[in-house]
Order: sequence, then C-alpha cells, then structure tokens
Amino acid sequence: MSSYHLDHLAYLETEAIHVLREVAAEFERPAVLFSGGKDSICILRLAEKAFRPSEIPMPFLNVETGHEFPELIEFRDRRAEELGAKLIVRTVDEAFEKGLATPTPGQVSRNQLQIPVLLGAIEEFQFDCCIGGARRDEEKARAKERFFSFRDAFGQWDPKNQRPEIWNLYNARLNPGENMRVFPLSNWTETDVWEYIKKEELEVPNIYFSHERECFHRAGQWLPVPPAYEANGKADPYEGARPTEQEEHRRMICRVRTIADMISTGMIESPAENIDDIISEVAAARVTERGTRADDKASEAAMEDRKKAGYF
Amino acid sequence: MSDAQQTIELLRFNTCGSVDDGKSTLIGRLLYDSKSIMEDQMEALERSADITGGGQVNLANLTDGLRAEREQGITIDVAYRYVATPKRKFIVADTPGHVEYTRNMVTGASTANLSIVLVDARNGVIEQTRRHSYISALLGIPHIVFAVNKMDLVDWSEERFREIREGIEAFLPKLNLFKDVKFIPISALEGDNVVTFSDRTPWYEGPTLLGHIESVHIASDWNLNGLRFPVQWVNRPNNPTDPALHDFRGLSGQIAGGIVKVGQEVLVLPSGQKSRIQEIWTYDGPLEEAFCPQSVTLRLEDDLDISRGDTIVGLDPLPGHSAELAGRVCWMNPRPLTAGKKYFLKHGTQTVQAMVTSLESRIDFETFEPKEASELAMNDIGEVRIRTAKPLTYDGYTANRLTGSFVLVEPGTNATVAAGMLHPPAQTYKPEYTDFSI
Repeated sequence: MSSYHLDHLAYLETEAIHVLREVAAEFERPAVLFSGGKDSICILRLAEKAFRPSEIPMPFLNVETGHEFPELIEFRDRRAEELGAKLIVRTVDEAFEKGLATPTPGQVSRNQLQIPVLLGAIEEFQFDCCIGGARRDEEKARAKERFFSFRDAFGQWDPKNQRPEIWNLYNARLNPGENMRVFPLSNWTETDVWEYIKKEELEVPNIYFSHERECFHRAGQWLPVPPAYEANGKADPYEGARPTEQEEHRRMICRVRTIADMISTGMIESPAENIDDIISEVAAARVTERGTRADDKASEAAMEDRKKAGYF
Repeated sequence: MSDAQQTIELLRFNTCGSVDDGKSTLIGRLLYDSKSIMEDQMEALERSADITGGGQVNLANLTDGLRAEREQGITIDVAYRYVATPKRKFIVADTPGHVEYTRNMVTGASTANLSIVLVDARNGVIEQTRRHSYISALLGIPHIVFAVNKMDLVDWSEERFREIREGIEAFLPKLNLFKDVKFIPISALEGDNVVTFSDRTPWYEGPTLLGHIESVHIASDWNLNGLRFPVQWVNRPNNPTDPALHDFRGLSGQIAGGIVKVGQEVLVLPSGQKSRIQEIWTYDGPLEEAFCPQSVTLRLEDDLDISRGDTIVGLDPLPGHSAELAGRVCWMNPRPLTAGKKYFLKHGTQTVQAMVTSLESRIDFETFEPKEASELAMNDIGEVRIRTAKPLTYDGYTANRLTGSFVLVEPGTNATVAAGMLHPPAQTYKPEYTDFSI
C-alpha cells in the first residue's frame, strides 16, 4: 500500500469534513442536531476538525421528549460547554404549552411528537439546514437518503423525487421556507462509529457501558424502569411506561446500544466495559442496532413514514 | 483489537443491469454470505416471505427500502449498502436498471472505484449492457466486472458464457478506459462463484466475485499528479483567545488532486498570484505534506485576497482556465435540454451562471457514436458547449474526476438537471508574468 493512501476511517473522515465545510459555506443559518448520542459525538469531533482553529460556526440543537436518560442530558450540556458552543434545547412539554403539539391519547411514547418540535425550532430560529448523525446502514429507508436531503416548506421528505447527488457536488440551493437535512455520517457503519470513537479517544455517556439497572420486559425488549414519580401536581410523565404487575422485572447488567429516550430504548444484557469490548460485541452482533429501538418496530415502513412527515 | 491491526481499505462499487437481472439479489447474496445480514433483518424478510412471497425469502427485499419498491418489486432509487470482510470494507450503490433511471446509475457510478455489470445469461448482451458499460467508462470507473448471472438457467454452459464474453469484448475497445476487466459466471440466487467457488463451473478458474473485489488494486485510483485545491471555506478565527491565532488566516478544503508540500510554490487562480505553502494546518497537528482526497487547512506565505471558489494549484501540470467549455452531460430532468438555456453550474467549490451555448450531439448507445440532436431528453447523454460567467479552473474528466466534473442546477426549481464531464482543456493556464509575485 502506498503512503499516499487513506484507510477506511480516514476516507470517511475527510468525506464528512468536506460535507460540514460545504454546509458552513453554503447555508446562512445551519445548526447541528446534538443529542449526546454516539453518532452526534462523532459529528462534533468532525466539526472541530473541519473548523478549528475557528469556532464551530453553528449552534447545537436538541429536541427533548421529556423522557431522557439523565446521564445523556448531563453529558450533552457538558460537551457543548467544553466546545464553547451555543446549545438550544426545545422540549415536547413546551410544545404542548404553546399548542404546537398535542399529546396522542393512549400513546406514552413521544417519539412522533419530536417532529412538530423540531419543525417549530427550525421556524423559530430560521434554520435553513440541520446537520444530523443518521447513517444509511441503520435502516433501509435511510439507505436511500442523500447526504443533502431536501425538505419542502412543510418539512417533508419526498423519497421518489430526491436530487441526484453526483461526485461530491452537493446542490444546497433552497427557496425561502425550504430546509436541508445534512448527514455527514451517511456512509459510516455502527462499527466505523465505534472505531472512530476509539481512535479519537472520545468520551461517551456511561450508559453505553455495562452497568446495573432495574429493567422490565415488554414487547420482546428489556426497557429501563423509569425514575420514581415525584408528586408535583402534574401528571406522571411515565404513565403507561412503568412495569405492570404481570411484567417480569429484574436488576440486570446491561447497557444501551443505541439511545432514543427511556421509553424507546431497549437495554441489552452485556458485560462490555470499554470501547474495545463494544467493538467486539458489535462485530459479533446478530441483530441490527435499530433492533433495540421500539420506535422502529411499529411497521416495516415506520422510518419512511416518519421521515416523510419531517423526522430527523 | 490490537494496534498492530492492519489498515483496511474502502472500495466503492456499484451494480448495474436491467430489470430482473438480479442486482438486488446479488447484493443480498453478498450481505448474506458475508454474514452482514442480521437476525432481525432475516426475520423481517421471512415474515414478508410468508405474507407475500409464498414462503420464498426474497433477498432483494433487503435493499429495496421504500414501500413502493416492495409493492412493485423494483428498485426506484440508489440504495447504499455496507459490507465488511476481514480484508476490505465496501460501500455498495445498488442502482436501478430501468432505462428511465439512468440518472441514478450515473449518481451511483460517480463515486465508484468498480462497476459490476450484471448480464442475464439467457438474454446475453442487450442495449442495457452496452449502456451500463458506456456509463461506467464515461464516469471514469477504473475497474469493471461483468457478472454473467443466472448461469443455473443455462445449465452452467461454458459455451454460453464465452459467447457473452466475446459479445462484450467486441464493443469494449470503443470505450477503452478501464484499468481492468473481469468476467465471472455466477448465480446470485444460489450463490455460485459469488462468495464461494462453485463446483458447477469446473471450466472457470476464478476468482469469485468477492475474491476479486477484495483484492483488486485500488491504491492508485485517486489523482496524485498536479496539486488542485479548491478553496472551500476561509478559516479566520473571530475572537481567538490564543494570541498566536490573531493573524491566522487559513484556507480550508479537500485536496482534489495531487500532493501539497510545505514550501511548495503555488498559483492562486483566477487571480494568477503566486505564493508558497507556509503551513498545512490540521486539528491533529501540522503536516509536512498532504494528498488527495485529504481535508486540510493551508496557510500561504503571502497574505493574498482569496475566497471560496478560488483554486490553489501546483505549477506542473497547470490546469485549464476558461469560460468556454466543452464536455459531455447526462441529462437528468423531465424538461429536455435545449441550447440557449441558462443554469447555475457547480464545479468544485464554485457556483457560477452558465449558458449551454450549443448541443453538439447525442450519444447513440448501439454504436456509441454521436448523432445530431436538437434536444437531450431525460437519461440522454450528449456533447455540449457551455459558456460560464466566470472562468473555471479545471482539468479533463479523464485526468481528474473531481476537477473535471460539474452539475447544472435549474434556477427557480433548484433541481439538479445534469451531470457533466469536461473534455481536456484545449490549452492550459498561461501565467502572464512568470516571475511576478506580490
């Protein structure tokens, strides 16, 4: 192998840096969607590589369902501060108060409700581009998505009418009200993400590593038992998401493989204590990462339908 | 994982063939036999097989991700898949075979190192085979594989395989652009010669399809001859806390050709000013040299007025520099191309206004000869002349896929309407004052 040749991680890195710089150059008001999850952690390191020694020229945005793992929130806030970035948080609860969204009767998961909150934040800050950490290997509707994914004035994705994306020439042109979602990690796999985290020695929230936790079994998954309800005059936000008498529950040694919120994230039994353990576990895994996401199990086209409506 | 772990290369390939040649099945087979399919994906396949497939698992459903595709049993859009073996990682672009979706093939092919053209052993060489070979050559894909599929349906006939091979070899010289060409008899459905050798083709010496794409030499696929650095983003810290950064002025971008070294003499186009590389700045520390396609931040010895869209180039070879361009375009929009229309042209990091001044010809896929034409319809490929509002710094596409390519964007709709490949410049940039520097 000649010395003028990049290995696969270096190739994926230079591709992602190129995409991030295109965003900074082509859009007026871009934002980075930062949840504190492993993929967006990689995005932040790539942004450092793309823009340093300057500041990262865009704020971070996170949409909270209100059911977040506290460890994730703590990490998210700390990381944003370390990087000197502005972090904007919008919540489903606020959206209820403002009338931007209404609770779905009988539905405890607020996964779908993130859509109006995200679109509301785009409107509020006039973001013309949101950078996300989604990868094409996650899900088969995502496998069809572009790096620069055009959304119309209603935030909708039209999979049958996507802009052709040729070479590295991204068409970033928008009319007023339209929006772009940009996915620099499009070509990364779950393994690539963990190998990059290892190579760059990036910190990740500790719930990715093995720990002891009270879990209960529902619909084929082990879900975390939500934090205890504190009577504060408001309804229990985890109503319906607590284990019932009939459901098996136990303390287990587990970790998360992918993070949504506490209601949508299945825990996996795992002894993985460090990044190397995780890389070995992912290599040996026989189910996909999204196999542990309750939000994706709704139907074979669950992701496609949410994306068409304006989802990440 | 040990630190002694070997570096893994990434190979990008696309698959093409006409409808029902078995492209998605082949990718499904590669995923399945290389154990890249997960249990939950298999369960989902088996579920849909029980419901709609009469119990037969359909490997094509692994890549056909959209509802309309599963309903119609076709591939609508480019799907990207990821396969890893201990030897290499692969990014697979599954591109549809319908005539009307040629634009998707161009999309998938534009970033590929290798093209797999599927040929149905029963049907032999058809117009689609010629079209896909031509597009692979046009897009500058260095390596091509003709996978003669459904060999099980022609009784594993060596004679049939040879006949198809000869049919393809008869037209390949007209394309004459590939670094290497392979012919492999396979059955994607049953897996023969895809990942493991088949005992049903004793007359075939190998390699298997996977064996070939794991070992084909791709290290020299990027252009390393002649520095080309389109400036992407001017990197100037606003309020640096570090006083050393007060005067920092970097030019960030991805090297689109060649190698850059500290101290190297460079030319900035279009201004024509000369300078030297003072520093190759990266987040991980300064480099002595960097190469295509690395992303870096360059600092020059002189404080020149440089912005996005300018190109920093090495002095040998010099690029073309002109507002009058000639090249081939693949038309991608339902509204046809006619001469005289204005578009935005994006080339490297520069977007300029452009007019298609003339449509010279349209390519006939039977003969690969140019034919006279008054318009280019969607999925046509033709020769055009273009005038741009500002000169472009460019190379011929065959010399450099990054500096020789462009897209056209329609004003108003913002649709990407064409992919373009430039012919080599008639003359290269001529510095006006060879010893002049600021």
